[in-house]
Amino acid sequence: MAETPDTAAPQLDAEALKARKRRNLWLGLALAAFVVLVMITTVIRLNTGIGVSERM
Amino acid sequence: MTDAALPQKRYATAADYLNLMKPRIMMLVVFTGFAGLVAASGMTGITMHPAMAAIATLAVALGSGAAGAINMWYDSDIDAVMTRTSTRPIPSGAVPREEALALGLIMSGVSVMLMWLASNWLAAGLLAFSIFYYGVIYTMWLKRATPQNIVIGGGAGAFPPVIGWAAVTGNTPLDAWILFAIIFFWTPPHFWALSLLAHKEYAKVSVPMLPVTHGARVTRQQILIYTLVLVPVSLLPLATGLGGWIYGAAALGLGATFLAYAIRLVRSDAGDATSTGAGMKLARNTFVFSILYLFALFGAVLVEHAAGLHFPLTGT
Repeated sequence: MAETPDTAAPQLDAEALKARKRRNLWLGLALAAFVVLVMITTVIRLNTGIGVSERM
Repeated sequence: MTDAALPQKRYATAADYLNLMKPRIMMLVVFTGFAGLVAASGMTGITMHPAMAAIATLAVALGSGAAGAINMWYDSDIDAVMTRTSTRPIPSGAVPREEALALGLIMSGVSVMLMWLASNWLAAGLLAFSIFYYGVIYTMWLKRATPQNIVIGGGAGAFPPVIGWAAVTGNTPLDAWILFAIIFFWTPPHFWALSLLAHKEYAKVSVPMLPVTHGARVTRQQILIYTLVLVPVSLLPLATGLGGWIYGAAALGLGATFLAYAIRLVRSDAGDATSTGAGMKLARNTFVFSILYLFALFGAVLVEHAAGLHFPLTGT
């Protein structure tokens, strides 16, 4: 008899879910911070002209 | 060590991920990197946009954290055995090994990219090389291969002021490499003082630290020899004009004190099997003082160049 593959996701307890949510929040914040930092450097470079010529 | 041997005992907190980045080392790295950045501005008159300087400093911090995470990933097997390191995030079961490696690699890329965006390719390249130096050359190769691990590996921790200097000027003149040399020659006496306290732990995991391979007496002698080299090297900024009167006074006072610790240590029994409490206390005090030494020395550089108190003894 063919076995049915177990495709069900593992059940996480409340503490594990809370930890995962917390990690996701930190990852989201880190990603947002990275985007902001790249934006800041880009704006400063465009306004001051630093490093623009040698990259183009 | 396999993950099976490192069971998930608890869920990771933000503090665990922070600890993965070796925050105490990071503070020293950031401080010396920032001192290099400020000294470069002071010596050349080239200024960096404050936001770019802040991002470059952050990149140094992230690079240091990345190297720390890679180190903890690779060393998790021996960390689990040594008492001093057994509570670190991986051996304690809070952070899986593969997560530490992923964090280290991603942060390496992000830090180098941010450094390049905030300054130039030279600073970014030096940052990338210093991460590779610590994560691969020191951690994966030297640490378990030779008692000179700390001497050669010390180069990794010596890069931050050079990176800071390069971030401002786009080059690395002699003054930047003098700051490198100070940290390079400071690292062996600093770390060997700690290893006198922890050599039994290193022996347990077969890491060939100097007290394990050559004994405590040779280690105490080497601490003195490197301190004798460090003191004149720390005075080189006076000759080039990088350091002024404040730096000179600090380097002389701190150097004399460091030397006094090293001389007392060489005459002590610190690290010996029959060591008394006094010898071990002296080794601990030497280790603590060495941290203060580096902070104060680079603090003097920072104060002189940031507060307009730079009065060199020689013309530049």
